[in-house]
Amino acid sequence: MIANSFRWEANAFIGFVERQRNLYRRYWAWEAVWLLYSLVTVLSIGYLASGLSTLGLEPSGVSLRDAQLFLLIGALLWTYLSMVFFEIAFAVTWERWEGTIEYTFMAPVRRITHLLGICAFSLAYGIARAALIGLVVVPLFKLDLSHANWLSALLIFAAATLPLLGLGIFTAILPLLSPEKGEQMAFAVQGILLLLSGVYYPITVLPLPLHLAGLLSPLTYTLSAVRDALLHGASPRGVLPSAAILLAMGLVLVPGSVWCFNRAEARAKRLGLLKRSG
Amino acid sequence: MLVRAVDQVNKAAVEMCGITKRFQVSGRGLRRRPPVEKLALDHVSLEVATGEITGVLGANGSGKSTLIRVLATLLTPDEGKASVFGYDVVRQAAAVRRHINRVSVEAAFFKEMSPWENILYAARLYGSGGAGTRTRVEAVLDRLGLPRETLDRPMKQLSRGQQQKVAIARSFLTSPSLLLMDEPTTGLDPRSRREVQDLVNVVRAERAATVLLSTHDLAEAEALCDRVVILDEGRVLAEGTPQDLCREYATDGQPATLEDVFLRVSGKRLEEDVEEEEAGS
Repeated sequence: MIANSFRWEANAFIGFVERQRNLYRRYWAWEAVWLLYSLVTVLSIGYLASGLSTLGLEPSGVSLRDAQLFLLIGALLWTYLSMVFFEIAFAVTWERWEGTIEYTFMAPVRRITHLLGICAFSLAYGIARAALIGLVVVPLFKLDLSHANWLSALLIFAAATLPLLGLGIFTAILPLLSPEKGEQMAFAVQGILLLLSGVYYPITVLPLPLHLAGLLSPLTYTLSAVRDALLHGASPRGVLPSAAILLAMGLVLVPGSVWCFNRAEARAKRLGLLKRSG
Repeated sequence: MLVRAVDQVNKAAVEMCGITKRFQVSGRGLRRRPPVEKLALDHVSLEVATGEITGVLGANGSGKSTLIRVLATLLTPDEGKASVFGYDVVRQAAAVRRHINRVSVEAAFFKEMSPWENILYAARLYGSGGAGTRTRVEAVLDRLGLPRETLDRPMKQLSRGQQQKVAIARSFLTSPSLLLMDEPTTGLDPRSRREVQDLVNVVRAERAATVLLSTHDLAEAEALCDRVVILDEGRVLAEGTPQDLCREYATDGQPATLEDVFLRVSGKRLEEDVEEEEAGS
């Protein structure tokens, strides 16, 4: 019985991953545009750092190369994190737009399988896209990653996956709560994360309330630890505290977000919000 | 397992008792009016026997789609109880979902994906999708008169009728015990309509599926349905076999048509109402 149920859910999980792959393949032109947009954004950040010296604003205490590396790692990581976050958060919006939402929600599949299927593809695709951008950026700016500890960076990436999924699922709830404004609210959440998580600056520069709020964002620990690993060669032992914090956040955020999603789904079914598009 | 199968045959496919559903309709614009309550289903009680094709007849806005959505576990009723093969649609929604599928008036697909990709996705969600799926899909589409080359073209390139046939194929391939069809032939040309209707009969005959069909096409109801339920403003006004209803509402010894029956029980002409809606839309 349990084996059958597991097989059923595993088959559905493959279905969601396969569906996402087919969608991206069919929307390849859009994906090319987004890839170009992300690449241009990262390049702009890189040139912004290069331009500091021409303005006579060379940062004190650190070399321009270090500042550039700091910003570019932030930009690259944000490309990955925001893309994964966006894809998960828009799971509901996209289906409502296509008109398939009722079919997916009517299917005999657990919601966790549905959400994890979307997440799994988003993670793989996000990594591939960030890697492609990295392949352009690293040689173009002649980034020195000779001190990088890739194992530590990988450890943090893996640990960050769980809280990232949790945050994405939380945001996917918004279009369920409000078909009219949920999508815009998801954008707002993404913007707040960008502000609070120290993507382009250490969060210590933020005013105290924002600084404290930044400490609650898993992306803060992800960015900080990955920078430590890539810029200063922090060992796996050195990034372990950050990894532990990220895992603990994930263990709260994933079940919490799935529980909230189920509650929001029940509310949408009570109020008839599942189908409505505006 | 055998006991379970026998149980399922003996149970009514659908039982609804006092189902009521209200929606809050809020005003739009800067000066929002206070929300108005719309009663979509008003204490609906009905039973659908296993293996039957039951038609739900009603004008647009009569509550047909709401009734089907409640059974599809997509809407939670405010009052009353509904079950599918004995499983409660609210408390045992997961069990209900394993027994049902639905074809809606609008063919809901990922429009950039091909029919094959859409059907494969649905098959995966219903426990299949492995080897042999493609052959089964081709066989059903052949039966529906859909050219094979359409299988790998994006859905958006298919006509409305072709999309609806793919929707029907999608639901048939998941082998539901209860097929919920919400105006499946609306907007189809006469030939496509006929092909879909033939397939409904095949599904019932070959797969012993129960079909709940909402329609405002009286000829379709008469041709396909063992029983019909007339719904208006969320209330069941009459139910029975088409023949019994026509006999019951006969006047001057002349048997009534379903249109006459609908006019008598609701005080409206169904065809006029539908034409008005279509002209307005």
